[in-house]
Amino acid sequence: MAKYLLLKHYRGAPDAVNNIPMDQWTQDEITAHIQYMNDFAARLETTGEYVDGQALSPEGTFVRYDGEGRPPVTDGPFAETKDLIAGWMVIDVDTYERAVELAGELSAAPGAGGKPIHEWLELRPFLTPTHTVTDCTMHTATD
Amino acid sequence: MDEVLLRSLTPGVLAVLVRRGADFAAAEDAVQEALIEAVRVWPAEPPRDPKGWLVTVAWRRFLDATRSDTARRRREDRVEEEPPPGPAAAADDTLQLYFLCAHPSLTPSSAVALTLRAVGGLTTRQIAQAYLVPEATMAQRISRAKRTVSGVRFDRPGDVATVLRVLYLVFNEGYSGDVDLAAEAIRLTRQLAAAIDHPEVAGLLALMLLHHARHATRTTPDGALVPLAEQDRGRWDTVAITEGVAILQAALARDRLGEFQAQAAVAALHADALTAEETDWVQIVEWYDELVRLTDSPVVRLNRAVAVGEADGPRAGLAALAAVPDSVPRRTAAAAYLHERAGDLPTAARLYAEAAHRSPTIPERTHLTRQAARLNAHLRP
Repeated sequence: MAKYLLLKHYRGAPDAVNNIPMDQWTQDEITAHIQYMNDFAARLETTGEYVDGQALSPEGTFVRYDGEGRPPVTDGPFAETKDLIAGWMVIDVDTYERAVELAGELSAAPGAGGKPIHEWLELRPFLTPTHTVTDCTMHTATD
Repeated sequence: MDEVLLRSLTPGVLAVLVRRGADFAAAEDAVQEALIEAVRVWPAEPPRDPKGWLVTVAWRRFLDATRSDTARRRREDRVEEEPPPGPAAAADDTLQLYFLCAHPSLTPSSAVALTLRAVGGLTTRQIAQAYLVPEATMAQRISRAKRTVSGVRFDRPGDVATVLRVLYLVFNEGYSGDVDLAAEAIRLTRQLAAAIDHPEVAGLLALMLLHHARHATRTTPDGALVPLAEQDRGRWDTVAITEGVAILQAALARDRLGEFQAQAAVAALHADALTAEETDWVQIVEWYDELVRLTDSPVVRLNRAVAVGEADGPRAGLAALAAVPDSVPRRTAAAAYLHERAGDLPTAARLYAEAAHRSPTIPERTHLTRQAARLNAHLRP
């Protein structure tokens, strides 16, 4: 019972094995890829492990506070940004091993030639809002 | 209307339906519908016999669902042939439900969800909110769990240890959404203790009561952690402590020690101390020695090292910590604390910051970052 974020990058992850960009696939290959992703999410719903999934536009804006009474400053998008998030899926699973297994399955989504992309997905555990009460009888820090 | 009282009737009602021959999954759905109906109807028309009312409504719902099924004829015949429920021992039935919902074929999260619904009487929505997942996800988790145990015989005795693990998980989840899972875990463990005479069930109940007694003092109103030594002991719940200690003593007197009793003994020693300085750390170390013997868990060794640090000084604590693998959660936090006590503030500050970085929870991360900041402010020239 731990939540994990499966993070998909446009840029910033190591290169996939089958690294041909989607705009060079056949239309059928694109269809097969989307079908695979939808099936994956649907299957997670039936196993009771699905929490959320979203895709992000590749271009965004940087925003920051610019002082009292002034509008926020905006900047970007920056073409040179090294790390670019493409989207995510949030899962709620019993073990880390299960999270790795699911990330592996998602990474096997078919790409060019109908072959798995072997895309690198980043797996990040959630920090939990509450703390477990008794497994940490750490008298000093957290009781 | 007392919702907890209503929910406490859940296992008994479900057991009646199963005894009458309803299959578990359909009976559980019917009981859930009856509970929802009760919440709607009872405030205006409180029944004289709440359990009888629930049985009647749930059974009707079950028959309705069965009739609409394609196998209608056959099932109705079977239902009609079924003898009326005999004076079956209610405690036994409740116990069987606990076993079924914690069946070893279920994953921990499924067992937790099924227990909260079928034994606890919570709605799928409440359970989903408590675990911060979509309601549809939780509904799937529960129906899958029900399918998994559908072939399990209801009258087969189970292993009480699996049930205790599930209840312990529920307790540890704490509080989110509108359900206090720690309080719910205590209620379910109390109900289990009434159904089976077992020292470890008593031990777990005592452990929960003793920990929950400190609940209000463990965090500040804004959610920051308060270490045990700094908690306002005057605000500990003495009623819960008295009950927990009494339950623990009765269990220990039976001389069948288990890990929950030993953990509860540690909690009782903390509860006993009027001030942090009065804590009997020597006895606490002895209980951790028992726990090491019982579980050989690295987490227990970590806790033992901290206790040794209090009983015999920080150097001894650090020596005990050396045997704990690096990968154990919170080891770095313990090392930071022991180094601080030993007077090595630069190392302590560095380790607190590292521990914050590795912390699995938000309140702990904030707490440990503050400790690092406190020492760093001290260390600046």
